[in-house]
Amino acid sequence: MTTTTPALVAYGDAVRRYDPVIGIEVHVELGTRTKMFCPAEQSFGAEPNTQTTPVSLGLPGALPVVNGTAVEYAIRIGLALNCQIAESCRFARKNYFYPDVPKNFQTSQYDEPIAFDGWLDVELEDGTVHRVEIERAHMEEDAGKNTHVGGSAGRIHGAEYSLVDYNRAGVPLVEIVTRPITGAGERAPEVARAYVQALRDIFRVLDVSEARMERGNVRADVNLSLRATPEAPLGTRTETKNVNSFRSVERAVRYEVSRQAAILDAGRSVVQETRHFHEEDGSTSPGRVKSDAEDYRYFPEPDLVPVAPSRAWVEEIRATLPELPQARRRRLHDEWGFADAEMRDVVNAGALDLIEATVAAGATAAAARKWWMGELARRAKQEEAELADLAITPAQIGELQQLVDAGRINDKIARQVLDGVLAGEGDPEQVVVSRGLEIVSDDGPLLVAIDEALAAQPDVVEKVRGGNQGPVGAIIGAVMKATRGQADAKRVRELVLERIAG
Amino acid sequence: MSTISRDEVARVAALARIDLRPEEVDRLAGELDVIVESIARVSEVATPDVPATSHPLPMTNVFREDVPVPALPVADVLASAPDAQDGRFAVPQILGEE
Repeated sequence: MTTTTPALVAYGDAVRRYDPVIGIEVHVELGTRTKMFCPAEQSFGAEPNTQTTPVSLGLPGALPVVNGTAVEYAIRIGLALNCQIAESCRFARKNYFYPDVPKNFQTSQYDEPIAFDGWLDVELEDGTVHRVEIERAHMEEDAGKNTHVGGSAGRIHGAEYSLVDYNRAGVPLVEIVTRPITGAGERAPEVARAYVQALRDIFRVLDVSEARMERGNVRADVNLSLRATPEAPLGTRTETKNVNSFRSVERAVRYEVSRQAAILDAGRSVVQETRHFHEEDGSTSPGRVKSDAEDYRYFPEPDLVPVAPSRAWVEEIRATLPELPQARRRRLHDEWGFADAEMRDVVNAGALDLIEATVAAGATAAAARKWWMGELARRAKQEEAELADLAITPAQIGELQQLVDAGRINDKIARQVLDGVLAGEGDPEQVVVSRGLEIVSDDGPLLVAIDEALAAQPDVVEKVRGGNQGPVGAIIGAVMKATRGQADAKRVRELVLERIAG
Repeated sequence: MSTISRDEVARVAALARIDLRPEEVDRLAGELDVIVESIARVSEVATPDVPATSHPLPMTNVFREDVPVPALPVADVLASAPDAQDGRFAVPQILGEE
């Protein structure tokens, strides 16, 4: 195109004058052992073309067979996204020519997706919830991987060419398509990001994919259009392809809002097209213009019979769905009794799993939060690391807190123990011993006196066990007398209660 | 009455990367017309209670266990490649991308 692009409109101005509408297509590679339609193994990082069969190479006469586990994973995803699961659905051929698609068609689903009509509530960082309607989730296969070899480095007479690896060709994918996401206003970029992030979290707990963004396990295409008001019909959209990090999703939306606003301000029309996203500066540039060449001549795949998941199977899968991330966050929020803001900080800091594991290791939620959001957050920041990457485990924090609770160390010394653990000196107990950090206290003689006093007054023990702590003073008095008042009464009380509780 | 036009044949041929001469387009338009008309006659005998069918076999849910088999040896994979480099198929530059 020879027309000059108008300057971008500042984001804030753009969303004051226009209402952004987003639509997101997310592809997730399923973590099955084998491919969608053939039993070639699939794993990340294998040598080129070492994971192929005649089916994934598209050799003549090769016949596909559906991977049953991939169908189950697709149903799991559909159910987690509150979708209907089709009583019957079929595969279709999407015909196009590209070197990474060896059959000259992608086996996909067209008019009959396996899952449809769902929704997902997405939570923004400040706790605002935005509902995203899911139009469909369908099964398909991934393409191979092209590596473009530039002219300057090219060895074939300096010409530019491409190298193709078919290991990824045929890897099972589920594509999840939203309905137009309206009503997000200026927060559209955040909603887009939070949606993709929520999907990633769901894929992980469903155990259907490793869902590693940096490996391209999860890839997003971001559609965006602007309209003058929320009441106006939808504007012309662009589709920014392969936006592969959460931050990029947010930036791609922002950029397109600013760019399209400038075009509309100039009285021109947005061109419906696919666009490429550029990580370096967060911009997008035109790819193919949607045209006649995009007629994929879909037709039902004759080599595969329909998939008709029985209702019994669907319900069986539904019954085994794990607790989903949002429900889990709500449950833990209740269990831990954190304030809303505290809980959000915990989630945003990526400390939810760590605190849950620390609580499981014996710490109270409040103590676990204090460690991870306080001292450890400070150290992570110093080292510019994630909390989870610190060289200390939740089990070790649990142990550390127990040492504090048992009075063997205090909070101040606990920080020194932390230093030792982080320096690789072993578990907290070992660090306390090797660094000689234990508070000197000898409960031995006290315990002897306590056991004697308890044995002498079994009736008091009974009452205290029965829930009446009043008479415990009689025991404490006896112990203080036996130790001629040299014991710490507070400590005696603790030990007496511990002993009685058994 | 002709239902398949010359233009349609030319368009589908272009989409399918089939290079047809003008006289071939004419001939195929006629032949495809006969095929389409013949198939359309099925709807004359199909009663409304016969649903549209894409798969004639009364089979569904033909699944495979998710168990890997050994892959083809790379040498075999690349044996039919017009050109190869570093274990990969070498193909002409892909036009219109990036």
